[in-house]
Amino acid sequence: MGKAEDSGVEERPQWDNKVQYLLTCIGFAVGIGNVWRFPYLCQIYGGGAFLIPYLIALVFEGLPLLYLELAIGQRFRMGSIGVWNSISPLLGGVGIASMLVSLLVCMFYNTLLAWVLWYLFHSFQNPLPWSQCPLNDNLTGYNTECVKSTPANYFWYRETLNITPDIETSGSLHWWLVICLASAWCVVYVCFIKGIESMGKVVYVTAIFPYLVLTIFLIRALTLPGATVGLVYLFTPDWEILKNPQVWLDAATQIFFSLSVAFGGLIAFSSYNPERNNCEMDAILVGVINSATSLYGAIPIFSILGFKANTAYNSCVKENILALTNHFEFSDQNITAENYDHWLEYLNRTSPGEVAGVDLRLCDLQTFLDQSASGTGLAFIVFSEAVVSMPGAQIWAILFFTMLFSLGLSSMFGNLEGVLAPIKDLKLVPTWIPDGLVAAVICLIAFLMALIFTMGSGNYWVEIFNSYVGSVPLLIVAFFEIIAVIYIYGMKNFSEDIYFMTGKKPNIFWKACWMVISPLMLLVVLITYVVVQAQKHPTYPTWNPAYELFPKTEVKPYPDWVFAIIILLSVIPVLPIPLVALYQLICCRMKKSSAHTDLSPSCNDGFEVETQQQTNQRA
Amino acid sequence: MLGQIFVLLCLSSAWAQQLCMPEASDGYKVRLSINTALGDQAYVWNENEMFLFRATLAFAMRSYSGGQDYNVSNIVVCAETPRVSFWFVVTAPLNSSRLIDRSDVEEAVRKSRNRINSAFLLTDRSLEFIGIPPILTAPVTPDTPQWLIVFGVVMGAVGAGIVVLLVTSVVEKKRKKNKKSGDEDIEEEPREKTEGNGFARDGVYNMSFSDDDPVTQM
Repeated sequence: MGKAEDSGVEERPQWDNKVQYLLTCIGFAVGIGNVWRFPYLCQIYGGGAFLIPYLIALVFEGLPLLYLELAIGQRFRMGSIGVWNSISPLLGGVGIASMLVSLLVCMFYNTLLAWVLWYLFHSFQNPLPWSQCPLNDNLTGYNTECVKSTPANYFWYRETLNITPDIETSGSLHWWLVICLASAWCVVYVCFIKGIESMGKVVYVTAIFPYLVLTIFLIRALTLPGATVGLVYLFTPDWEILKNPQVWLDAATQIFFSLSVAFGGLIAFSSYNPERNNCEMDAILVGVINSATSLYGAIPIFSILGFKANTAYNSCVKENILALTNHFEFSDQNITAENYDHWLEYLNRTSPGEVAGVDLRLCDLQTFLDQSASGTGLAFIVFSEAVVSMPGAQIWAILFFTMLFSLGLSSMFGNLEGVLAPIKDLKLVPTWIPDGLVAAVICLIAFLMALIFTMGSGNYWVEIFNSYVGSVPLLIVAFFEIIAVIYIYGMKNFSEDIYFMTGKKPNIFWKACWMVISPLMLLVVLITYVVVQAQKHPTYPTWNPAYELFPKTEVKPYPDWVFAIIILLSVIPVLPIPLVALYQLICCRMKKSSAHTDLSPSCNDGFEVETQQQTNQRA
Repeated sequence: MLGQIFVLLCLSSAWAQQLCMPEASDGYKVRLSINTALGDQAYVWNENEMFLFRATLAFAMRSYSGGQDYNVSNIVVCAETPRVSFWFVVTAPLNSSRLIDRSDVEEAVRKSRNRINSAFLLTDRSLEFIGIPPILTAPVTPDTPQWLIVFGVVMGAVGAGIVVLLVTSVVEKKRKKNKKSGDEDIEEEPREKTEGNGFARDGVYNMSFSDDDPVTQM
């Protein structure tokens, strides 16, 4: 009995222990976005008030979806394609869509990691290269582009990206970015050589290290001058903002993308679990820890931003004091930061004409605080500038970029797993090819495709991928996931499975969410998102030194061919869903006419073929 | 006699003052920010400090011109303010009514800028010559960019990791093959046990059989 069955059976890898599994899921969910997207959203959407739509979205949309994915993966014990095929062959397209989205996200996400590596390598230099401007060609002054903007801006846009003025000028491949990208992919590959065996050990470091660094930053940041200003600014609630529907939309999308559902990675991770495992507790744990990390990360980020605004304000005031002292020839240090306002008032009264002649800058702390940024702007420009002003700048820079790297690396694991697990389950490659080789080939393919992002216009392409690949397709996939599990597979079957796995049936809250609230929320978010995007012709900010208002970014509309590519990127990952359904319907209809079997929710191809073979054999 | 000398002195100083005016074409404005630079250890600006300045500038003119006899009297200062800023002009050593060209003064100051700064414990920013830009120090660029060194270290470690992992997996596989060809009987038992943990099989795991006893009852 043993030998006949062994010929096709392969041992499915298992987690060493539950902690590994939880850390991997948490690492996948907690990514760079938690650090550089959430604080920005909190800031522009009225601080503490944003937490309300955020938490509502977490409870009614995030946690149910998370629970669903973990349960379905643990139940069917296959990657995303296998799971949906098992529920119904018509749904195979959902898995393929997940895989395609994961592949596309892999490509541009690792480019972010390549940039982080570049900054990390440069953090070992003293002084930090983004703290001062380089000299111009004839050594008479500083580089004009750098002087007009700031050294940090110059280092990011010119020395790192060497960015072209718009997306149509592609520029050439930049060798330094290519080798950083290669090293990022090599690091990812090293962790994936032995599948979850090697990855499971790495997550102990990559999932825990960011928390360590965030704590260190928290302690340091709270002792900086101006930290409280930043924190107050971040958390002061502006209740009026809740009336704006855009806030709710952004909260829902943020929670959705933050939890990394619909990538297929979570399904794959939970498929390596033992059968009886309390996935309800896992889901709640992962979801809550993800949101708590966002909040926890926002505190040091904003303390440091407050410190930066404070420093900028102080230097602005000092500049004004110097200008006044020089013009009126007062004794040095007569006017100080403390009595500046008195002096200004006095001078305005006594000689207003002269004061108007002096070129005074308007120094307003609020304006400096309002200079918010998210994404790459936050990490590579704003934060790196702030780090320069901190004593011991190098150590903080090294810590910060290592933290970003490990946050991104643990998310890359999930992305890559979302590509590799379906390939393994679909048996696209013969079994004698080891998994490590498949991983190597996928890494190589993704590396070659990601070379686009190392060109001069690379940053613009990353923005496109970021905004359009990782948004609408995922929402559609998630919507189909919920419909598939609850309505096609059946709520009853699903409850039975959960009872088998966890020992208790899902309570009324989960049922209500799965059947009504979450699909409704997803549909509303999806439609609103598409409508909002479609209303305006998309534009993008460009870094153009020849622009009159430089250093402000010039906003240009996307050219038509780029717009076509955007549409393709949003549509192609979703196309497999209808295509596979159609294909299966046609195939099944042909089989149906010959075998007279109904298309049941758990239409198992293997079972159908057996009956045909048996009937043939008998005949 | 004394009266004549007095008149001559007054005339010469008046003449010198006429040479030195604010916005003089061959003069430069100097601005010091002693309190900002030195804080608690700031010294008071007085006549002695002014004398030191004139002497330092005479020194700068001497070293630039290759030994011509510039004296303290050749440096004429005027328009002093409490800011501590003033104008100065340089007269030729032999003919005190002739002013030294602006460009020559600039070159002389540039050459000895460091010495002038250190005489006053100040820097290029706190001792400003308006119109003479400070010499920009180019940031030090080592021959091999430092980041490449760090990159090399990281990639070396990663490459070593890949090689080690690949080699160990190949070695393990060979070991397993040798073990497998040796004894197959022992392998059956653990395999049955691992089946019970729940592998993936092709098709859907059918729950209805999981409650069945492994041993069929009579």
